[in-house]
Amino acid sequence: MTQQLVRETRSVDPAAGHSAAAPEASVPVPPAADQASVTWAGARWAGARRFLAKPGLVLSVLVLALVILWALVPQAFTQWPPDTGVPSSRLKPPSAEHWFGTDSLGRDLFSRVVHGSATSLAATAVAVAVGLVAGSALGLLAGSIRGWVDDAIMRVMDVLLAIPSLLLSLALITVLGFGTINIAIAVGIASVANFARIMRAETLRVSTAVYVEAARSSGVRWHSILLRHVLPNAAGPVLALSALEFGMAVLSISSLSFLGFGAPPPSAEWGSLVAGGRDYLVAAWWLVTLPGVVIAAVVLSTNRISHAFQDSERNRP
Amino acid sequence: MSSHAEPLLKVENLRVDYVVDGSPRNAVAGVSFEVRAGEVVAIVGESGSGKTTTAHSIINLLPGNARVSSGSVTFAGTDLTQLTRKEWQGVRGKDIGLIPQDPTASLDPLQRVGEQVAEALTIHRLQPRKAARQSAVRLLEESGIRDAPSRARQFPHQFSGGMRQRVLIATALAAQPKLVIADEPTSALDVTVQRQILDNIAALTTERGTSVLLITHDLGVAADRADRIIVMRGGEIVEEGSATAVLGDPQHSYTQQLIAAAPGLSPRRLRPSVSVQNPSATADSGTVHVSPLVEATSLRKVFSLPRTAGGARSLTAVDDVSLDIRRGETLALVGESGSGKSTVARLLLRLDKPTSGSVTFDGVDLASVRGERLRQLRRRFQVVFQSPYASLDPRFSVEDIIAEPLRAFAEGTPAERKSRVKALLEEVHLPVDYGTRRPAELSGGQRQRIAIARALALKPELVVLDEAVSALDVSVQAQILTLLAELQVQESLSYLFISHDLAVVQQISDRVAVMQAGKLVEIGEATAVLENPVEDYTRQLITAIPGRQPQRSLT
Amino acid sequence: MIRYIGQRLLQGAFVLWAAYTVSFLILYLLPGDAVSIMASGDEQNAVDPALVEKLRAEYGLDRPLYEQYFIALFKALQLDFGLSIKNGVPATQTVAEVLPETIKLAVAGFALAVLLGSALAVVAAFSRNRWIRQAFSSLPPLGIAVPTFWIGLLLLQFFSFRLRLFPAIGNDGGQSLVLPALTLAIPTSAVIAQLLTRSLHQTLGEPYIEQIRAKGASEALINFGHALRNAAIPTLTMLGILVGNLLAGAVVSETVFSRAGIGRLTVTAVNSRDIPVVQTLVVLAAAIFVVTSLIVDLIYPLVDPRINTSRGAKA
Repeated sequence: MTQQLVRETRSVDPAAGHSAAAPEASVPVPPAADQASVTWAGARWAGARRFLAKPGLVLSVLVLALVILWALVPQAFTQWPPDTGVPSSRLKPPSAEHWFGTDSLGRDLFSRVVHGSATSLAATAVAVAVGLVAGSALGLLAGSIRGWVDDAIMRVMDVLLAIPSLLLSLALITVLGFGTINIAIAVGIASVANFARIMRAETLRVSTAVYVEAARSSGVRWHSILLRHVLPNAAGPVLALSALEFGMAVLSISSLSFLGFGAPPPSAEWGSLVAGGRDYLVAAWWLVTLPGVVIAAVVLSTNRISHAFQDSERNRP
Repeated sequence: MSSHAEPLLKVENLRVDYVVDGSPRNAVAGVSFEVRAGEVVAIVGESGSGKTTTAHSIINLLPGNARVSSGSVTFAGTDLTQLTRKEWQGVRGKDIGLIPQDPTASLDPLQRVGEQVAEALTIHRLQPRKAARQSAVRLLEESGIRDAPSRARQFPHQFSGGMRQRVLIATALAAQPKLVIADEPTSALDVTVQRQILDNIAALTTERGTSVLLITHDLGVAADRADRIIVMRGGEIVEEGSATAVLGDPQHSYTQQLIAAAPGLSPRRLRPSVSVQNPSATADSGTVHVSPLVEATSLRKVFSLPRTAGGARSLTAVDDVSLDIRRGETLALVGESGSGKSTVARLLLRLDKPTSGSVTFDGVDLASVRGERLRQLRRRFQVVFQSPYASLDPRFSVEDIIAEPLRAFAEGTPAERKSRVKALLEEVHLPVDYGTRRPAELSGGQRQRIAIARALALKPELVVLDEAVSALDVSVQAQILTLLAELQVQESLSYLFISHDLAVVQQISDRVAVMQAGKLVEIGEATAVLENPVEDYTRQLITAIPGRQPQRSLT
Repeated sequence: MIRYIGQRLLQGAFVLWAAYTVSFLILYLLPGDAVSIMASGDEQNAVDPALVEKLRAEYGLDRPLYEQYFIALFKALQLDFGLSIKNGVPATQTVAEVLPETIKLAVAGFALAVLLGSALAVVAAFSRNRWIRQAFSSLPPLGIAVPTFWIGLLLLQFFSFRLRLFPAIGNDGGQSLVLPALTLAIPTSAVIAQLLTRSLHQTLGEPYIEQIRAKGASEALINFGHALRNAAIPTLTMLGILVGNLLAGAVVSETVFSRAGIGRLTVTAVNSRDIPVVQTLVVLAAAIFVVTSLIVDLIYPLVDPRINTSRGAKA
């Protein structure tokens, strides 16, 4: 729901990053005696050290890795079945046996969260893929062809941005119908405009860069410029946005399935787990709280990772 | 100069470190000097010399990651390093003023100009608000702003760079400080404006008896303006003395090197002039050409502007410019920012199309060719841009950058291209093993060498050098100019050398063309134009070259 | 100035028209026709066959597409978006009935968000204590990462069920507004705080701030007299999208607290595939965005002298 805002935030930022002039490092002695700077391999090692020096970032990567493992091999993390409950152990609070407690049917909540991550992450991945592919293609088209194509594409994107993305997703669901895949597609379409705007801005930025001008004036063909200069240099910010949109898609999808548009009951998805706990707010606080913590942790992690991408973009001279 | 017993400012053994990635990096390594009342002291140094850090530590405006690790700064008897935050507020602006480096970004964009000057008075409760406003108008007038009463009510964006610097001078001097630190006050401005601003600072400070600490990278500026000169390198003072002594009889080899490299101070030619009718020995056909390589006729370029209230709909960047570039010569195109010189370069390189007029390259009309024929023609004219930071793709290795034009024209096998890259690296005097490095690992001068190597890769006939040395430190600039002169002979190149700096131009060019506001005002042999300019504007440009003023008498 | 406003109005009208057209294309032209989608609702929402016929006639589904579109557009211009298939009442009327409730909620939520967000940002950027700065800077990312519905449920659990301070559901009086408004305000305030903090940090690094410090200005004058004003401008541009998102937040907040309003109306409309109502809501959202953007555009030249009123955008 806040994805447009957050994207805007980052699009404001690069200007700041670029205006910070790189300190001139020239040495007033003949070039042969110029102090050799760090080698490329050395820079990579330094990069790894810088990464480890950021505990927040390391933790974020670990959280994301853990959740992806949950999705791939859920049975490695819990021995409880997600769908069959033990009636005698209904609504048990968190314990060593049931980490997240149990629900009204005696099912282990942790197991349901772990098994639900496959659905949640797959839906998120679909949403980001839809936005990334369609948005980048439109943005690249608008930014490299310019002219009326640019105008037409971007006007449509402006209109999409004028409608809050959750509402846009809801409108799409009205047509597409309910179900996890449909909400994923709807969320993805709602994020197309964000990707298109970033991709277009990056394409324009790179294609007016002096090094592209230099390539053009030395006779490099335009498709070669697009492939070798524009795409690689525009990829960074788009990647950062993808990480951000991943988190936002987790939020949107869980919101939509909380509202009841996701998969029907027996299957577990993070948002629907929280929704399922609504009726037991007084009796079983954990049913709402703990799946929510998982969602928040995943979103926080992807946002942190996205932030790290942006930083590395900004620090690149 | 009346010499006082006690200096106004005394810096002793000052050491400043920057904390970068957790470890301290030394920027100023034990610097000691004095500024006496009414004196103008210049600190001269190239980038990374620690001159700006020194100046900023005097007024305690260092960036967050900088620490003064030892030393003392005594100002009018008080040790400034012991002051509290509150006490500093009483010193800054009131006792020590600061004229900043970048006038365009140094004024609050949302506050009226007059208010910003008045603030310097109201902060220190020197005057009530209303009186301060009136004083501000007077101060602006003194700083050379015409129609000050109404200009004071305008906002910074309505002022040009030079005018903003005048506002900042008025602000710095408002509270009558005893010392003004001028940190590269004119490096962002055009030469003619630079001279007016420096004159203005000099007049106002002499009148008030204010001491000035002038920070500059330009030895010429220091020579013109300072009583004493301090030369810094790598965080240390290498030489200090009266301006006449430092310039006339430099003791340290670095100072000598700087003086030799400063184009304004030691005019010299880097290469013999090319005779005008130079029969080309390099022409492919073997016939003797006397026709110019490039001929531009009545070039005009009009840009349409976004619609503004009273503003013009279009901007004529280039207006009826005709010039030719002869084979083997260097034609310098000189002008201040906005004169249209870079637009001319873009038209000659066919990066833009002229609105009217024509460009022919070796007899081929550039407007009529397109697509593959144009691309083939591009082999013969190449360009080196101003910023060595922006002109190299940060993701490419040096080898890929230099080989890119070769790849584009499928010249040779990958192995042949590799050896050609090595040869080119040698030609620009870079170690051959630099091929695997990335631009980020290289200094500005090294990057510019790589840009030159790339331009030479296809063995072009014309190289356009668009402010190619302007972003570099003087000593690096001198090396690159020498390299360019050497390569010109070796590769029999023609240069179009675009610059705002007449001092550099006189070192390298055979002919000079002067542009002003889109028009070509003068063109001719370099010696003729520079020594006997016909046009008034050219004369202004020449007198504005720093280092040319008769030495100020040290009263 | 008049031309500037005229230009903005024209742009706004374009966005509205385009929003209508896009929603028309999505809702009416994609799979099958609108009425058959509506009629294919599940058992509980079974639609009266007579109504189906009436709707078919109303939308003129037998006509060519462009004709359908122009007829619908012409009706929309008279604020007629068709009849709600649920109760046969005009869709606009259905929306208008509950709109005041949501406006109350949104105004309260937004005011709260601006207060909370600016306070967070000011402390995060201006505090001299590094720990306080860090603690306050880490709050906005957290606020953005937590799902809105979850915040609502936790507030409900704690303040309504545990402490019994506020009613859990309904629209009665100011008491019932507190928790829904807070639910709406938390994510929005996090966004405001994040934008403003970044903008403040950037502003504090500008050369003119150093120049003001060199004049001898106190930190208070620098922060509140200069930095805050400059930093607020980029945040102001985001107002249109922020307000638009309040509407999306209302969907969740009203559902959690079972409040009547256009948020909950959206959910029921989507559930019953009440296309006329959904389309009305989409166009309403676009209209809200257009109006806020227009207001921002009109305020902008007053706040930022660099903006030339006849140009609009920042140079």
